[in-house]
Amino acid sequence: MSAADSSGTERGVAETLPNSLRAGPDPRGRFGIFGGRFVAETLMPLVLELDAAYAAAKADPAFRKELDYYLKDYVGRPSPLWFARRLTEELGGARIYMKREELNHTGSHKLNNVMGQILLARRMGRSRIVAETGAGQHGVATATVCALFGLKCTIYMGATDVERQKPNVFRMRLLGAEVVAVTSGAGTLKDAMNEAMRDWVTNVRDTYFLVGTVAGPHPYPQMVRDFQSVIGDETRVQMQEAEGRLPDVIVAAIGGGSNAMGIFHPFLDDPSVRLVGVEAAGRGLDSGETAASILRGRPGVLHGNRTYLLQDEDGQIDEAHSISAGLDYPGIGPEHSWLADIGRVEYVGATDDQALAAFQLCTRTEGIIPALEAAHALAHVAVIAPTLSPETLLVVNISGRGDKDIFTVAAHLGVTL
Amino acid sequence: MSRIARRFAALKAQGRGALIPYLQACDPDYDTSLALLRAMPGAGADLIEIGVPFSDPSADGPTIQLAARRGLKAGASMVRVLEMVARFREDDADTPIILMGYLNPIEAYGHARFCADAARAGVDGLIIVDMPPEEADLLDGPAVEAGLDIIRLVAPTTDDARLPMVCGSASGFIYYVSITGVTGTRTASSDELAAALPRLRAATDLPVAIGFGIRSPEQAAAAVRAADAAVVASALIATLEDSLDEEGRATPDTLPRVLAQLSDLAKAVRSAR
Repeated sequence: MSAADSSGTERGVAETLPNSLRAGPDPRGRFGIFGGRFVAETLMPLVLELDAAYAAAKADPAFRKELDYYLKDYVGRPSPLWFARRLTEELGGARIYMKREELNHTGSHKLNNVMGQILLARRMGRSRIVAETGAGQHGVATATVCALFGLKCTIYMGATDVERQKPNVFRMRLLGAEVVAVTSGAGTLKDAMNEAMRDWVTNVRDTYFLVGTVAGPHPYPQMVRDFQSVIGDETRVQMQEAEGRLPDVIVAAIGGGSNAMGIFHPFLDDPSVRLVGVEAAGRGLDSGETAASILRGRPGVLHGNRTYLLQDEDGQIDEAHSISAGLDYPGIGPEHSWLADIGRVEYVGATDDQALAAFQLCTRTEGIIPALEAAHALAHVAVIAPTLSPETLLVVNISGRGDKDIFTVAAHLGVTL
Repeated sequence: MSRIARRFAALKAQGRGALIPYLQACDPDYDTSLALLRAMPGAGADLIEIGVPFSDPSADGPTIQLAARRGLKAGASMVRVLEMVARFREDDADTPIILMGYLNPIEAYGHARFCADAARAGVDGLIIVDMPPEEADLLDGPAVEAGLDIIRLVAPTTDDARLPMVCGSASGFIYYVSITGVTGTRTASSDELAAALPRLRAATDLPVAIGFGIRSPEQAAAAVRAADAAVVASALIATLEDSLDEEGRATPDTLPRVLAQLSDLAKAVRSAR
C-alpha cells in the first residue's frame, strides 16, 4: 500500500479531498491528527478572518501577479540550481545540486513567505506587523518588507539569540524595526513565539502576526508552505532543464520546517523522489540537548497547533538545543509531523559538530558560506552522497547564507575575531 | 445539580455576586499553596480557580508567567495539582474548584484519564485557554462523562456570528475575558463592561464571570454589578510574590497578606449591590 492510499482515510484527512498528498489541510486545518487552531478565544476570530482573507487572495489573479512582480524584481527569483562539482567530487557519489536560496534578497528563503504575507497584511488593512525570530533571518526579512512598505514593525527575539546573532539584530534596527529581547525561559525561539502571541492578543485591532515558519494555528502552516513552494516548483523545472528528469533525493534542514516544506511539497506526489528532512540533533539525539522534535518528541499542543514536541512526561515543553539559532525550537510544522507518520518523508538528525564540519566543507569546495541551518542539510548529504550511485541526482536546499554565523563558527573553532 | 450551579444559585438567592480568586498550584511550594487554598473560602472566596503551571503560558502576563515558573520549580505536575484538590476536598465539600491552564499537560495525561481523575479528586470545571470550542472534541466527551463543566471563554473579539456557538457548548459559567490582552495588564472600563454584558446575556442563561485586569476591590465590585462574578488573579499573585524572601521562598507574611487582600475584595463584592 502506498503512502497516498493509506493517507486518505486512516490518517483522518477528509475523504472528499483528492487522492493526493498535496491536498491538505482539511477545512479544520488538520493534516491527519496534526495542525488545527489551538488559540485563545480572543485570537480565534482573527485566525478565521485570516483564513478567509488568504483564501480570497489566493483566488485573486491580481494578488498572484503582484506577488510575482515582487518575487522577481525585489527578492531576485528564480534562485539558481547550482551543480556542485567540487563537492560532488569530494564526496564521491551522487551528483549534488544546490538550490541557492541564500541568494535571495536578505540572504535566505525567508523572504519568499514574508513577501506573500506582507501583501496579504496590506490587503487586510493592517498597519503594524509583529514577528518572532530565532536566527534573525525571518526578523530581517520582515523588517525589510516593513521598510519597503512603510509599516510599523516589532520583532521578538530571545535574549540568548540576540546575543549570538548580533549582526542580524543590528540589521533589523537599521531597517527601522523595534527588536524586543525576550528574557523568559531560555531566551530562544520558543520564548520569542510566546511573546509575539502575547503582543498579537493585546493589539488585535491593527496588528498582523507574520509567522515565519510552517507552524502556528491554521492557516499559517498552509499559507507559509504555499508561499515557500516556489522553491520546489522552480527546482522541478530547473532539474528538468539540467538533467531532463526529476531529482532522486532532496535534502533540507528542519527547524519549524519552512524551507523543507517549500522544496518538498511540489514533489510529494512523485514517489520516485526521496525526501529527507534533517533535524538539528544538537549535542546528539540522546544527549538531552537536541532540537529533533520528530525523532525525540511526542505529539502535543503548542503555539496553536498539534504537532511533535520535545516535552517531558507532564507535558511541559523542553528547551531545545542547537548550534543553529534557526533550528533551536522544540516543535515542528504539523504537516511534517503528518508526513513523518505516513512515512512519505524520512527524518534524520545532524549534530552540531557534523554541521560545523559541513559548513567548512561547503565553504572550501564550493566557495559558498552556508547558514548553519543549511549546514545541517549538507551534513546529511556528506553522510549519504558517498553511498549513492553517480547517476543519482541529489538536491540540497541552501536555505540561507552563513555570514551571520561566522562569529558562532569562529568561537567553536577557537578563533577570536 | 453541579457544585458550580449550586453555588451560583445560592448566591443569586442572596442577591450578591461571586468572588473567584486564583492561585497557581505549588507557587511558591506545595504546602504553602495548599494552605492558601484551604484558607481561601474562609477569607471570602465563593469559587476558586487553580492555575495549572505550564512552561509556555502564552496568554499570561509577566506575573502569572513567574508564578508558573515558581510552581514548576517547586515540582508542580498534573498529579500534584489533583492531589492538592483531593486534600482540599477532605474538609471542604462545597466550594467549587476550577482548573485553569493550557491543553498540553492534559494531552500528556490523556484526555479521558484526566477527566476521570480530576472529577474523582473533586474538580468541578475546566478552563483551557488554548482550546477554543472548535478544538474541544477530544475533551468534551470525557468531561461530560466525568461530570466536569467546560467553561468557555468569550472575548471582546468574539463576534455575534460566533457567540451563540461558543455559549451553546458551554457549561458551568461563561468566563468573559474583559480586555484584548494577556492576564494582569489593562483593566476594562465600566463603559466597556456595560456594552459587553447585554450581548452576552442575550446569548446565554449561564452565569457570567469577568476576568483579566480586575485588581482592586472597587474594580471587583464594578464587575459583580455588571455580571455574576469577578475573577482576581494577578493582583493576588503579585502580593504573594512580594511577600517571598530573596530566594523566592514563602515567609510568615505570605498567607496573611494574600488573605487580607482577599478579604478586602470579598467585602467589596458582598456590598457591591
